[in-house]
Amino acid sequence: MRTMSFAGAIEDALGQAMAADNRIIIFGEDVHGLRMNLFVRFGEKRVRPAPISESAFLGAAVGAAMAGLKPVVEIMLVDFLGVAMDALLNEAAKLEAFSGGKWKAPMVVRAACGGGYGDGGQHEQTLWGWLAHIPGLAVVAPSTPADAGALMLTALQHDGPVIYLEHKLLSSYWLEYLGSGGRTNVSYDIPAEGANGTVPDTWEPLPLGRAIMRREGSDITMVSIAVGVHRCLEAASALEKESVSAGVIDLRSIAPLDPNTICQAVAKSGRLLVVDEDYRDFGLSGEVAAILLEAGLTFKYGRVCTEGTIPYSRKLEDAALPNTSRIIEAARKLL
Amino acid sequence: MGTDLRALYRLMLRSRRFEEAVTQLWEAGKISGEMHLGVGEEAVVAGVVAHLRDGDAMALDHRGTPPLVMRGVDLSLLLKEFLGRTDGLCRGIGGHMHLFSAEHLAASSGIVGSSGPLAAGFALAAQYLHPGNVSVAFFGDGASNQGMLLESFNLASAWQLPLIFICKDNTWAITTQSLKVTGGNITDRARAFGLNAAEVDGSDVEAVSSTAGGMIERARDGDGPSFLLAHCPRLEGHYLGDPLRRANMLELAGPLMTAFIAQPGAPVAERAYSLGTLLSLVGKTTVDKNWRRHDPVDKARRKLQSQKAGLDTLEKEVEAEIRLALEMAILES
Repeated sequence: MRTMSFAGAIEDALGQAMAADNRIIIFGEDVHGLRMNLFVRFGEKRVRPAPISESAFLGAAVGAAMAGLKPVVEIMLVDFLGVAMDALLNEAAKLEAFSGGKWKAPMVVRAACGGGYGDGGQHEQTLWGWLAHIPGLAVVAPSTPADAGALMLTALQHDGPVIYLEHKLLSSYWLEYLGSGGRTNVSYDIPAEGANGTVPDTWEPLPLGRAIMRREGSDITMVSIAVGVHRCLEAASALEKESVSAGVIDLRSIAPLDPNTICQAVAKSGRLLVVDEDYRDFGLSGEVAAILLEAGLTFKYGRVCTEGTIPYSRKLEDAALPNTSRIIEAARKLL
Repeated sequence: MGTDLRALYRLMLRSRRFEEAVTQLWEAGKISGEMHLGVGEEAVVAGVVAHLRDGDAMALDHRGTPPLVMRGVDLSLLLKEFLGRTDGLCRGIGGHMHLFSAEHLAASSGIVGSSGPLAAGFALAAQYLHPGNVSVAFFGDGASNQGMLLESFNLASAWQLPLIFICKDNTWAITTQSLKVTGGNITDRARAFGLNAAEVDGSDVEAVSSTAGGMIERARDGDGPSFLLAHCPRLEGHYLGDPLRRANMLELAGPLMTAFIAQPGAPVAERAYSLGTLLSLVGKTTVDKNWRRHDPVDKARRKLQSQKAGLDTLEKEVEAEIRLALEMAILES
């Protein structure tokens, strides 16, 4: 076992995969700097800086994948996917179906996501529900270094397009670039267990669409992903002092979703609280409830999500994103 | 608003002093997120904004502060917004990258290239509702590779919109050198779309004002859109705290050397090329400090001094204005 940062784990897993398979190439804005170690090790042919032309280079990733490469295309921040949505919505996602299952585009779209550092509503969205809505796209968002590396391999081994979302509060370099900028007089609520942790000596992929129980609990089941998982764990510890036993499920993958893990837990607890940093309406929080209802379960339900445009002001932002006190309050209402 | 050098210098100086105050607040940890300054772009912005009048519109990029300061937006409202206060220009929701002033028809966006289509819409509304009014789009050389911007060149040309595209060419696309990722020439592209196009020294405010003024008049007269490329320095990096400017090669050396020898990987020559690229980028940002020689505010000042224009009063007035705005913003927080 080794200890690594979240960002370090992704880079390490990518390095392992690129060494084993020379069809894997990285391209996107500023990747020579963002991935400088891979840029030096594998050269500019495989780590290629792109112009600010998201629709062109994301579309090119689809074509490159169709013609035999395995692109890891970097869209910098997931918010910027708005510029280039055709490539995912109407090209990558449809290929397998349109070709009668005969042609696939194995590609990874890597993007940073999430808020908590005061960058405003165009740079702090998560958008995983919006992306997972589209049939043909897989969407993953790890919450620990071990999962970050393993899920990168999962994404690379999948035979279709995978959106790999890297939360900025967990990836120290993003927070340094976009938040502190080298200042020591600013601080962020960084989940320690997510930012650094133990990782295996050699990376193995996780199965795609497998959630994990991060904490067992009999009174209520909290379901979340990425930073939300850590907020839930903190809330669960606080609730324990009130003699409430709260379980926490880390989805890890939004599409495909893992219905079994959620169903088993909620069947026992009878209470479901979904904590989703993405927008509340028409998203993950409603989807999880729908799956359980379809499975015939009866349960009390609540959700803590982002409800509107994420404010720039740190104070307003903190209130808008699912924070621990909002989670505790919502959990109490279900008890 | 006057367009003589003295008036232009005042516009530029107000913006510069304001952004210096912003830098101090940022350094004190009171401003969050990515603080992109327009330091170095003042001559480009002043040379354009000086020709705008009520009813004209501006679509801005992530460096929206100078155009808004020069257009006359309340400085303390801007500062309060930067400080994330609910009594700020956008109630603390927008922040410095998403600044809006409906009364000035000025809107910004942090999405690179989006000012093109937005300005086209402003221009369409002007053409239809208020002939004689114009719209301006500010963006950079990095944005010039964005499809939506190039599409709006075509739209403006096809619909003969009263729109002036202003490309602030500082040679950088975030931390990538534009030359490395740009095919052909940006001004040629604009011409190919049928835009009236010109290039100008963007550190010379009189040159910008003269060319931009002509383009704006042309648009007011219904003679169609123009494109102006202004070469200007990027004096403060991509944003405050730009990692390239802070790069500590001693810290980076260990991981980079590990990467350089890790097996398997690219042939040695390719690895050396990558390493050279990184070193030259860091070097370039250091050498770019020489851009200071092209500081547009200093340049205008030198010119005015040679005219014995007596700048003391003007400069004191500007400093007092900024100090007052700062006091108002800080006192009330």
